[in-house]
Order: sequence, then C-alpha cells, then structure tokens
Amino acid sequence: MLTVRSLSTEYAGQKGTVVRAADDVSFEVPQGKFFTLLGPSGCGKTTTLRSIAGLEKPTGGEIRVGDRTVFSAAQGIFVAPNRRNFGMVFQSYAIWPHMNVFQNVAFPLEVGRRRFSQAEKADRVMRVLHAVALDHLAERDATRLSGGQQQRLALARALVMEPDLLLLDEPLSNLDLKLRERMRFELKRIQRELGITTIYVTHDQGEALALSHEIAVMNAGRIVQRGGPRDIYERPKSRFVADFIGSTNFVEGAVLAREADPHHWRVSTPIGELRVVCHEDLGRGEALTVSIRPEDLELTEAPVDGADGRNALSGTVDQKVFLGEYVDFQVKIGETILLARAHPSLRTPIGNPINVRIDPEKCIALPEDEPRRQAA
Amino acid sequence: MEAIGEVGRTRGLQGGDGPRFDAKWLVIALATGLVAWLALVPLVFLVYQSFMTPETAFEPAVFTLGNFAQAYGSAETFTLFVNSVQYGAGTALLAMAIGTSLAWLNERTNTPFKSLFFALSVIPLVIPNILFTVSWIMLASPRIGILNAVMQGVTGTNIVFFDIYSMGGMIWVDGLQDSPIAFLMMTAAFRAMDPSLEESAMMSGASVAQTIRRITLRLTLPASMALFLILFVRAVESFETPALLGLPVGIEVFTSAIYQAIHRYPSDIGLASAYAITLLLVTSLGILVQNRITKETGRFQTVTGKGFRPRQIDLGRWRYATAGLYLLYIFVLVALPFLVLLWASLQKFYSVPTWAALSNVSLDAYRRVIAYPGVDTAVRNSAMLSVTAATLIMLATSVVCWIVVKTKIRGRWLLDALASLPLVFPGIVLGLSIMICYLTIGGPIYGSIWILLIAYLTRFLPYGMRYNMTSMLQIHKELEESAAMSGASWWTTFRRILLPLLKPGLLAGWIYIVIVSVRELSSSILLYSPGNEVIAIIIWELWQNGQTVELAAFGVMLIAVLFVFVMIAQSLGRRFGVREG
Repeated sequence: MLTVRSLSTEYAGQKGTVVRAADDVSFEVPQGKFFTLLGPSGCGKTTTLRSIAGLEKPTGGEIRVGDRTVFSAAQGIFVAPNRRNFGMVFQSYAIWPHMNVFQNVAFPLEVGRRRFSQAEKADRVMRVLHAVALDHLAERDATRLSGGQQQRLALARALVMEPDLLLLDEPLSNLDLKLRERMRFELKRIQRELGITTIYVTHDQGEALALSHEIAVMNAGRIVQRGGPRDIYERPKSRFVADFIGSTNFVEGAVLAREADPHHWRVSTPIGELRVVCHEDLGRGEALTVSIRPEDLELTEAPVDGADGRNALSGTVDQKVFLGEYVDFQVKIGETILLARAHPSLRTPIGNPINVRIDPEKCIALPEDEPRRQAA
Repeated sequence: MEAIGEVGRTRGLQGGDGPRFDAKWLVIALATGLVAWLALVPLVFLVYQSFMTPETAFEPAVFTLGNFAQAYGSAETFTLFVNSVQYGAGTALLAMAIGTSLAWLNERTNTPFKSLFFALSVIPLVIPNILFTVSWIMLASPRIGILNAVMQGVTGTNIVFFDIYSMGGMIWVDGLQDSPIAFLMMTAAFRAMDPSLEESAMMSGASVAQTIRRITLRLTLPASMALFLILFVRAVESFETPALLGLPVGIEVFTSAIYQAIHRYPSDIGLASAYAITLLLVTSLGILVQNRITKETGRFQTVTGKGFRPRQIDLGRWRYATAGLYLLYIFVLVALPFLVLLWASLQKFYSVPTWAALSNVSLDAYRRVIAYPGVDTAVRNSAMLSVTAATLIMLATSVVCWIVVKTKIRGRWLLDALASLPLVFPGIVLGLSIMICYLTIGGPIYGSIWILLIAYLTRFLPYGMRYNMTSMLQIHKELEESAAMSGASWWTTFRRILLPLLKPGLLAGWIYIVIVSVRELSSSILLYSPGNEVIAIIIWELWQNGQTVELAAFGVMLIAVLFVFVMIAQSLGRRFGVREG
C-alpha cells in the first residue's frame, strides 16, 4: 500500500549546515495496517511523516501509495499536500478556532476536488462524527471542547474525506495520562474497524506497543529496527533499541562457548556465568552486552540452582521501591546492581540475601560491533 | 522545515500532478510590488531631487551640490539643528519624567483610581495634535491665554506668566501629549521585570528610594533608552506644534523649515529636500539605535505567564496625594484642553471665560462651520481616503506578513524591512518625497486626491504590518497544514483559515488606520490641492484665517466622532481579545 524507498529529507541547520533529518529511510506498509515510527525526539520520525504528507520536500527517494507515486526525486514528481488525499492528525490537533465542530469536519469536503451536495456533506460529516462519538456536539464551538474531544474531532476531520492514508503525529501526547490510555483503545478500535492504513509517530513506546501491527524504531534519521511489537520488545537487535523500549539491565560480558541448544551461548559477566540467546554467530572471547528486562528477573528467597537450565544467581537486596502493583528491587550481585520487578508479596528486607532466576531466552546478547548511536 | 511555504529553492523538482500555476504567486507578487513601490520610490526621488537644480520651463534640471551647500553653509541651519535637538530631547525627557513616575505609582504602589489610567492610552488618539496645540494656545498664549488672565486677575498685575510661543511652550505641549506613550511603555517595562529582584533589594535593607534608583531604574534602563529614542524621533518628526507655536516667533525646526521652504515664493524644493534628507538621517539613526537596544535586551520576551504580582508599596495617607497627582494630570492632559475648545465653540467671538461672556453662549459657530465652504467635501474625502487606505493596507500587509512569518522565501526579511521603512519618514518628508516623485513622473496623480491616498498608504503601512504580524505569529502553522492536508489550495486556505483567524487584528488595525488617517496633517499639507481638502487641512485653514470659534466647533465634533470610533475599537478589541499594542 505505502512504499517509502530511500527517503532522505534535509533542512538547513544553523550556520549554513545541512541537517539530514531523514536518512535513507525505507519501509512498506500493507493495506489496512497500523505502522508506527518510534524514536526519541529529533530522531527524524516526524520529518519522515511530514515528508509522506508532502509538508516537507524530501531531497531523495520515492514515496508511493498503491500505484500512485506522490514523490520521486528521480522522476521529479512532487504532489502538493492538498492533492494527496491523506488524512492527518497534528500534535496540536490544529482545530480551527473560528469554526464549530461540524464546520471543522465539513471543511475537507468543501475544498477538495470532488463536490458534495449539502445533504451528502451533512450525511458524511454526521457519520464520521458518530464514529468518534461527537455527533451530539456538532453545533458546539470547536474551542469549547475538552482535550479528548478535540483529539477525536481532529481524527474525524482527517477521516471524513476517506483518505488513502491516515497520518498521526503524536496525537495523544497532549492528553493527560488517564485520557491517553482510554484514547489508545479508542484509536485502535476505530483504526481496526475502518481498516485504514495508518502511519503513527510517537516517542512513547507504550503507545507504539499497544497500537501497532509493526514498529520501526528510528534513531539519528535512520530506521534501526523494524518488527512486530513483541519482536521489538523481546528481541532488540541493538543496545539503543533495548534501552529505548522499556527499561532494561545491561551487563557487559565475553563469549565463553557455544551451547548445545541452537543460538544459545555461555557468557562470562561480572555477575557470573550466564546462558544467553543470540541469533548471530559469535566468536570465542567476543565482547558483548546482555540485556535483561526487570520483569524477567525472578526473585525468590528459596535456594536456586541451575539444574532446570535457567541462570541462577545470588545477591543482596540493596534498595526497594513499592509502586502498588509491583515492587522494584535493586539487587546487588557482586559489584553490579540489577533492577528487578517483583510481586508485592515478596517482602525481603533491605540487606538480606536474595536469589535470582533468569530464563536464558530472556537474556538477549547484543554484539559489540553494533554501532552505538546515541539519541540526537 | 516548512515545505509548503518553501518556494525559494525548487531543487529541480517540478510539480507532478499539481497545478503549474498557483494564485499564491500572483498575490505574493502584487503585495510585494505594492510594498516596494510605496516604500522605495519616493525615497529615490527625494535623494535625486536633493542633488538637482529646480527644473523650469526654460532650464532642465542639472546635477548640483548647491542645495546641500545652501543648507549646510548657513548659520541658520546650525540654529535649526540645535532647535530640533533641543526640542526633541526636551519633549522626550518631559514625557518620560511624567510617564515613568506615573507608571511606577501605578505598578508599584497602592494609589487609588488605577483602572482609570488605562483609559489614557486612547487619549492621544482622540485629540488630534493640531487641536491639542490650539487648545493650549487658548490656555497659555500671552494675549488671549485663559491661564494668564486668571493669574493676572489673582495677582493683580500685567505680567505674562505663561508664554506658549516659545521653546518651553513647544516642549510642554508635545511632551504632555506624548506622555501617555511613555506611561504605557514604562508600565510594560515594569511588568516585564521580575519583582523578586526588587523584593530582594528590600530584604537586603534598601529603602524604597534606593530600590528605585539602584534596582528598578537600572534594570529598566534599556527600555528607558529605547523609549527616549522613540519619543525623540516622534518629536523631531512632529509638525503641528512647531508650526503653530514656533513659526510665529521665528523658532524653526527641520519640519517647519521644510514647510517654509515649500511655501515661500518661489518655492525651493531643492533646499527642502536637503533639509528632509538631514532629518531623515536623524530619524533613521534614532530608530536604528532603538531597534538595536530593543533587540539586545529582548523586550519582546513574554510578559505574561508569571503567576505573581509584585508587592505593592503601601503609601498610607500619601496615596491621596498621589491620587491627586493623577487627577491633576488627567485634568491638564484631557479635561482642560477639551473644555477650552468647548467653551470657544460656544462663543460668537473668541473671548476669555467670564460671567459676561457666559450670556453670549450660542451654537452659531457650529452652524457656521457646517456651512463653511469645502467642509462637506473635506469630510467626504477624509472618509473615503481613510477607509480605502485602511482596507488596502490591512489586506496587503496580511499577505506580506504571511510571507515573512510562514514561508522560507529568501530575502523575506527584506520585504519586512521595506514595509517598515516608512516608519523613519517624518510625515512632512514623506509628503515632500511623494510630491517630488509624482511631479517628476507627471501624469494625473499629482493634483488629484489619489496622491493623498498614496501618502496614507505609505505612511501607515508599518502599522498594518505591526497588527498583522502580531496575529500571524500567534497562528500555529499546523492550522494551515491541516487545511492543506484536507485538500485546500493555498488561496482557499488563505481565505478560509488565515483571514478569519487574523480578523481581530485586521479589525483593530483597520480602525486604528482610519483614525490616524483622518488626523493626518503633515503629509497632506504638502499634497492637497484646492477642492481636495481633507479634515485636517480644514482645521489648518481655519486657524490660518483666524476663525477660532469655528475651528473649536469643528474640533469638538471631530473629537466626538473619533471618541466613538475609539470606543468601538476598544470594545471590538475586548470581544476578540486583541491587545492594543
């Protein structure tokens, strides 16, 4: 459906420098899928989205929607944003304050190439307002809506012209936490119901994981990893991705030997020997980083051994923080402190010994040669 | 970042299935062309003329340095320069002294009647300079001044207590008139200051006076310097006060000297141009330095958003004294001038108010001035010119501001600078430049009413820029982008999104330009021709003819109309949430 190939977008930075905001970005999104560009601020995700919208003029590459090319540097094609028929929800919502709810939504139908009769226009507007549950507020001034209502209005306005593509630029970031969680479900329901191909930009990994069919993690203008939410979370390919998505523990280590199980390796680390997973080939002695999610550290006061194939470690409770649904423990093993997330029923006092079990499948080895990019 | 606005570089890309031609380009070209023509052409002709001999039927114009030699060779010019500087500095200092102390009382003490004070921001708008000056002649002239008569009555002498026809008189009238500007700007400066800076001085043991001197005034020094320059430039540009008060006793400044050079026979355009260029250099320098100061100190940083109000000094019983000061100020600035005009307008012949004169009260003057030849035409002309000028300016500058704020076109700063250029033109210099320009070009413009329209368009262009710029900066770019994503073309977006959002600013600016156009005298005085008079010219003529009571009647009516207009503007401003700049 949407094909982005080798997209590069530059803009003039300070003192005449050229900033390459999107650098050789390529991806494809099948019809009806929800695709998320995820990354820290300044990673180029918004630039990529705006290039797809036509609000930025890329310097290179190609953008196709279905069989229609909307941008191609090689062929010299650039379709103006108002001719692309993409719906977009902006971060600020960009609700026109001088129009009421109905007028805001009707606007795209009044200015496009296709002409609609009054009745048809009203019908379409009311239908889409119904879909976002704003039909009872049609006559209200747009400025007198709450944050969540404005967000749904912006969505309705983007959907009313039945766009080929829906572009969402951090649409939930201006909402408070509770509302954001509710709108997340709402957004997912509407997208799945309408089956509209959607590109979503966010820096919030929770949103990305909750909403997407596929996620592309971006850093410094490039896509560093692409995959399904589970894939990205459970099998990060780089330290950057592991660090950016969720919280994690990093442990430096060196390869000791290959295990009998495929993709399993034995690694020596400051917290002891670990069995880890790595899908790439590693050489003996090679330096690597092991990423372990806090929720994958299983804490227990009972003695542990490595008999079941799991990694077994012993340490002491250094610090703990009660957070209601769970307790965060800082466990000191040797000189290293690991963060572990445990059920509140575990009440081991600070300073007491504690044992740790970790499934090797959850110890993700990240080879050192992966270029370490820092967030811009 | 903004590609829809990016039109400077195409990087070799041509529109795909988009339209090749966009209404955008036509509108941009028209607005840019208009601005460039208005702002640049008269200046070019002024400079050209100052280096040329006068063209006559027998002799073509030739290059000469004679104008400047004549202008700078004489001792008179030196006097002229000294007078102008004295007048400008005196006016600025007086206005600042009044404005700063009142602003401080208003912002930092618990003096009562505060809300009254902001009404003052409209006073200079409502009473045109020429009427203000005339009213002070009635109050303080040696022969007919009421204040002199009162003082002589009280003391039983014949001493002239006040002589308005003097440098001191000029400074008093103009400084008083500009003091509300100083008040507003210093209020803004005090508000922008973090009050904890003063409070910590107090906590360190400083007295109120020490805090004012060492903290408050020191911190507002850049703002004060900028204000001084603004007031100085306004004063050296002003024409009405020096012409009415200075010329009768031979005190000339640049503006009145230019007027004299044109109005002697034969008129000396070359000399006037040389003076004009000198004045232009002075005002440009003033504005340049002021801009530099303002930019460096970042006066435009947001004033709002601070959740605290400065502690107010409790003046105790003294606050009645300061309230008295307020009332006295308002009395002298507003009530006295208006009442004296009202009194004069109700007399058959002008006389000092006495019980005897009270029995002569009549409305004759109003009847006479309404029937006065040319008044109806002048009112019609002023109405037409001000409405046309205001409309054209607001529309053109909305496009110019869009280009400057929302696009990345190269050289857009130049457009901004061009549109603001007329700010440095004193009214009389602008009048002179436009006169020279259309005399030289020929054609039907000179001698028609359209030359006045051109003058107003040029003179008030910067005001349009200011109003539109303020609103344009507040419009989030996503509001436009979402229209583009909805499928709207540039023209549709401009018409249906931008213009409606600009509306409050457009309206406020429109009314402001209408008001200042109606009052405009210093450009019009060189450009009008018989049959094409405007309101300000009628007042000028009435004064020259000595028809004081008719002038007063006309003035009272004009003030009433302007007052209504300003009230409408204020209520519109409140309704649409426009902050008057």
